[in-house]
Amino acid sequence: MNVLDVQGVVKTYGEGDTAVHALRGMSLTVQRGEYLAIMGASGSGKSTLMNILGCLDVPTSGRYLLDGVDVSRLADRQLALVRNRRIGFVFQAFNLIPRTSAQANVELPLAYAGLKAGERRRRAAAALAMVGLADRAKHEPNQLSGGQQQRVAVARALVTAPALVLADEPTGNLDTQSSADVLAVLDRLNRTGRTIVLITHEADVAAHARRLIRLVDGEIVEDVR
Amino acid sequence: MNLFETVRFALRGVTANKLRSGLTVLGMLIGVAAVILLVAVGNGSAKAVQARIARLGTTTLTVSSANRQGATTATQNTALTLDLIDALRDKDTAPDVKSVSPVVTSSQAATFQGTSHTIPQIVGTFPSYLGAQNYTVVRGSAFTDRDVTDGRKVLVVGQTVAEDLFGDVDPLNQQVTVNGTLFTVVGVLSTKDSTGFTDPNDVALAPISAVQQSLTGYGALNQILVEATSTAAVPDAQAEVTAILTQRLHVTGTAPFRVQSAAQLLSTAQDTAQTFTVLLGAVAAISLLVGGIGITNIMLVTVTERTREIGIRKALGAPKRTVLTQFLVEATVLSLIGGLLGVLAALIGAQFTIVGIKPAIVPSSIVLALGVSVAIGLFFGSYPASRAAALRPIEALRYE
Repeated sequence: MNVLDVQGVVKTYGEGDTAVHALRGMSLTVQRGEYLAIMGASGSGKSTLMNILGCLDVPTSGRYLLDGVDVSRLADRQLALVRNRRIGFVFQAFNLIPRTSAQANVELPLAYAGLKAGERRRRAAAALAMVGLADRAKHEPNQLSGGQQQRVAVARALVTAPALVLADEPTGNLDTQSSADVLAVLDRLNRTGRTIVLITHEADVAAHARRLIRLVDGEIVEDVR
Repeated sequence: MNLFETVRFALRGVTANKLRSGLTVLGMLIGVAAVILLVAVGNGSAKAVQARIARLGTTTLTVSSANRQGATTATQNTALTLDLIDALRDKDTAPDVKSVSPVVTSSQAATFQGTSHTIPQIVGTFPSYLGAQNYTVVRGSAFTDRDVTDGRKVLVVGQTVAEDLFGDVDPLNQQVTVNGTLFTVVGVLSTKDSTGFTDPNDVALAPISAVQQSLTGYGALNQILVEATSTAAVPDAQAEVTAILTQRLHVTGTAPFRVQSAAQLLSTAQDTAQTFTVLLGAVAAISLLVGGIGITNIMLVTVTERTREIGIRKALGAPKRTVLTQFLVEATVLSLIGGLLGVLAALIGAQFTIVGIKPAIVPSSIVLALGVSVAIGLFFGSYPASRAAALRPIEALRYE
């Protein structure tokens, strides 16, 4: 069963002479439980691909099926549901909500999923414990180190138990120790059967994955398992 | 995601920037308080006018000369004279008239032992005038019909005159000089509440014969005060008075006199007060509108500043409607808090006397102002909110 099925996806920014072709007809399938790393130089289209995979952006042409569903046909409400239930995001810039405690940040996707407060608190606490931050639940993002913030973001991504976790350069802003902590959490998630797509430009980070895709100018030039 | 959750998110958003939220609330507060308070001031002044006219007596009719140049001819004497008084007193032609009092007024300086006081209103009249005008005598007595017939120079003075002219001296039976004539004080009037621009206690009453002889001369009367037998009889009395005067003055065209009842004065005053209230309310409504624009501005700034946050929320699965609701609720919470505080400020402000008027809160104005403030929050908040909700997650996330 393919979790991701990308068929001839093209993404172009701008028009005419100034058009930028970020993706030039890319096709890619990812199976359930895979641990995939996408590498490429800056401007190779890896972030564009990630945004399309995460339903944050729509392709200019081509088809993208998530769990067999063509997401381009979905309305805003259903897209929100897909982002909420199926996908967990980890961003390079952490993207935690400021002035809001770690606990509340992790609870947020559960709140949008419509869970009751008690259940939310229990699951958020469990997710924070999993990333080793149970004792930092009351801290706000600006009271946490970069590594801790990213681990809160990972906890937020996994709290809804999504089948797919997308991590866009999760260690880009972190020191070695924090990177190792975050990657250890991702490895553990993959062992429990989650599909993980990891964008990076560091070879040692990519080494954690079991499949490596290399992008150059919006096209796949290498796909090794 | 229920409404309670959304409201909690919104409250967190409001408290995140306390100074900015506070200033927005202040704008709304001033708007709402101004509407309620200014309407209350208008209403209070209307009430004061009504009370003043009611105290004047609802059974009285005032006949005044409408002596415009074009309305009279040389061959006709249409001035109000003392002869008319007897005609109006005729029980057969005017059964609903209780009493008739002629009025001549003059403003003169009165002196007593070197003290001088200008009495703005020296009224020459009949004793029935006191009853018709709700005057009561606290010390001494009123002048009598006999005093009128004899033209005796006696004076009944109001409290202000008594205090200014006599000080600690007992005014009874003292002699004062008015325009070179000696008047004897026989009575002091009880205090009347001051409600308007003139002091109703700065007055002196005297027999009409004495006033005409020594102060005004034997010219036309300023007014004739007619008292009807009861409130219900006022329209009948008015008709009778008009008929008698028309006949006696041989009126052919436009009547050279006006017969006005207190009720008519009341309705005129009420109309004036109504206009006043509407005007004040309109001015205040503008400030409420300005408060509303302040909310739009703040919400726009908030949305722009929190674009990234909106992107994060959308990436985590917040549907359009939830984002829309959150920002709408934020705007509404701001305006509602401002509105409620405004009502509170207005209620406190209404306890004080403002420019001599005791404000009387109109309950409907509270409901209206509060309703409008919430509506403004919803209306002016909806534009920034829909802008926030319509953002594509990737655009919002990229925003710096």
